[in-house]
Amino acid sequence: MIFTAGILPERSEKMNKSGLWILYKKELADHLHSKRFLIVLFIIAITGLSSIFAAGKGIVEAIGKQESDTFIFLRLFTTSSGSVPSFISFMSFLGPFVGLALGFDSINGERNRGSLSRLMAQPIARDSIINGKFLAGVTIIALMVFVLGIAIGALGIIMTGVPPTFDELFRIFTYLLLTIFYMSFWLALSQLFSILFKQTATSALAVVAVWLFLSIFLGLLINVLADFLYPLSNSSTLDIVLKNSKMKLYLNRISPATLYNEATLTLLNPGVRSLGFISQEQLIGAIPSALPFSQSLMIIWPHFISLIAINMICFTISYIYFMRQEIRA
Amino acid sequence: MKDNIIIKIRELTKKYGDFTAVNNLNLEIYEGEVFGLLGPNGAGKTTTLLMLLGLTEPTKGVAEVNGYDATKETLQVKRIVGYLPDHVGFYEDMTGRENLRFIGQLNGLDHYTIEERIERLLERVKLLDVGDKKVGAYSRGMKQRLGIADILMKEPKIIILDEPTLGLDPEGVKEMLDLIMELSKKDNRTILISSHLLHQIQKICDRVGIFVKGNLLAKGPIETLGEKVFSDEPLTLEIEILPLDDRVKKLLNSINGITDIKIIEGKIIIQSHEEVRKDLVKVLSQNDYEIRYLKQRGRELDDIYSRYFAGKE
Repeated sequence: MIFTAGILPERSEKMNKSGLWILYKKELADHLHSKRFLIVLFIIAITGLSSIFAAGKGIVEAIGKQESDTFIFLRLFTTSSGSVPSFISFMSFLGPFVGLALGFDSINGERNRGSLSRLMAQPIARDSIINGKFLAGVTIIALMVFVLGIAIGALGIIMTGVPPTFDELFRIFTYLLLTIFYMSFWLALSQLFSILFKQTATSALAVVAVWLFLSIFLGLLINVLADFLYPLSNSSTLDIVLKNSKMKLYLNRISPATLYNEATLTLLNPGVRSLGFISQEQLIGAIPSALPFSQSLMIIWPHFISLIAINMICFTISYIYFMRQEIRA
Repeated sequence: MKDNIIIKIRELTKKYGDFTAVNNLNLEIYEGEVFGLLGPNGAGKTTTLLMLLGLTEPTKGVAEVNGYDATKETLQVKRIVGYLPDHVGFYEDMTGRENLRFIGQLNGLDHYTIEERIERLLERVKLLDVGDKKVGAYSRGMKQRLGIADILMKEPKIIILDEPTLGLDPEGVKEMLDLIMELSKKDNRTILISSHLLHQIQKICDRVGIFVKGNLLAKGPIETLGEKVFSDEPLTLEIEILPLDDRVKKLLNSINGITDIKIIEGKIIIQSHEEVRKDLVKVLSQNDYEIRYLKQRGRELDDIYSRYFAGKE
């Protein structure tokens, strides 16, 4: 006892770390072997490639005809062509799906199979279970997003024959990073629901409910509310019109999807100068040119931070619940 | 060796809202013994085990395992305790060997030790030939035996088994019990078993505790349990004598302590507050009665069983 007293804290710290590392490795392997991952990868790849293919074809035809030959590489990601939506709108739409697919049963699935209590009976810290699962999920997302991003970039170069500039490369890289944070949010939310709800079906439905609410109903509700508080008519003053629009804009930003879409738009569209309202006077004297990367980044910095923050909020709540939860077989 | 307390539970209480799952439990478990925590379903056995492992927090009281506080020093506790839950869940798409390897890694063992233990333990639980098959294809008995190998990966000092024989066929039960006996006698580990299948478990327990509705009614070696459980109630004796005449009632009434005498179907049923068998035999034999049958009722394990366990499974 006398000897171990000094050694134990050190040893337990080391074991905590190894517990996390081993859980992380196992989760990663599980994901990579699962059919679910293959399905997600398949859907993302198909939609991504088809949108790029369509956009690329449109761009090739347009090159030379129009005056705007700048940022052709970025337009690969943002252009929608006919019936095929753009790559960025696909990603914004599929983000929740990826998070959901990877995380909706992460804790309650183990609980239902009875393997959670077996895991918890081992000398590992409780938090390393959720940390390991989340980190493995984020790794999978990052792998998918980057591989897809690079593949699409390569396809774009082959199709258009135009190599990206450094500015464009930075923008694309930041965009991919942003996409990872966005999908991670949905992963964190799914994992939170998998802790809160005992049934995997319930947690999956809850994520779908939040997804639908944020992407459809929140916007409708905000419109109703804003029009009720600041009704618009032919005789409305400028003040009312502005208040109405501002309220819609700010409340819509509650939704991570809005944050992500705004940030994406600004990043991949160097012409976007502001996400708020600009009066005619403010525009006088402005040179109609593209913003450099650093300035675009400055505009969306709050969006970036917000996305990271909501990730952390989800994770904190998961933490609080999971650390005190009773684990019954 | 057997007087070394390894698990010490003091005033342990767990409430879920208004419902008291475990009420003021006091219990010591000695090193090297097999202790059976017996009681019907919903008596609070599993809750008690969870509190010992720090998987749920007690409302009140302390549980110490090998000197560690089970609520605060869970890592130290989990390092020396192997726990087999009642529905043990393996990763079904991994093989038996992979499942064991994973647990070994989580316990911080090195590669060589892990492989050596997997080999030895699979042989011990007779699963060596199916070690590379996916656990999803195992039968319940095989899973349960893999569970034993699983908890032995960390070479625990204490083994906690929750309903280890539940859902096994008679052959499986026997194999399981033999395995548990071996863990106790050969490896000298402390074993705590919870079960509602009293008859299966009683054979291998050194001591048992009867747990009903959150309260520990009695604890001790199984032979002395009846006395403890029914200590407040009158003793009941059944006797058959020859000849059975009217005089005998008067005679029996003269013995101190007897409160009630009934004659039913040729048997005399005697109730008393204290032990009267010695006086009874003496009086009867002095008066030339032949005692053909004498049995004390309601002090045996079967009576405990029928009172608390039967019909509640």
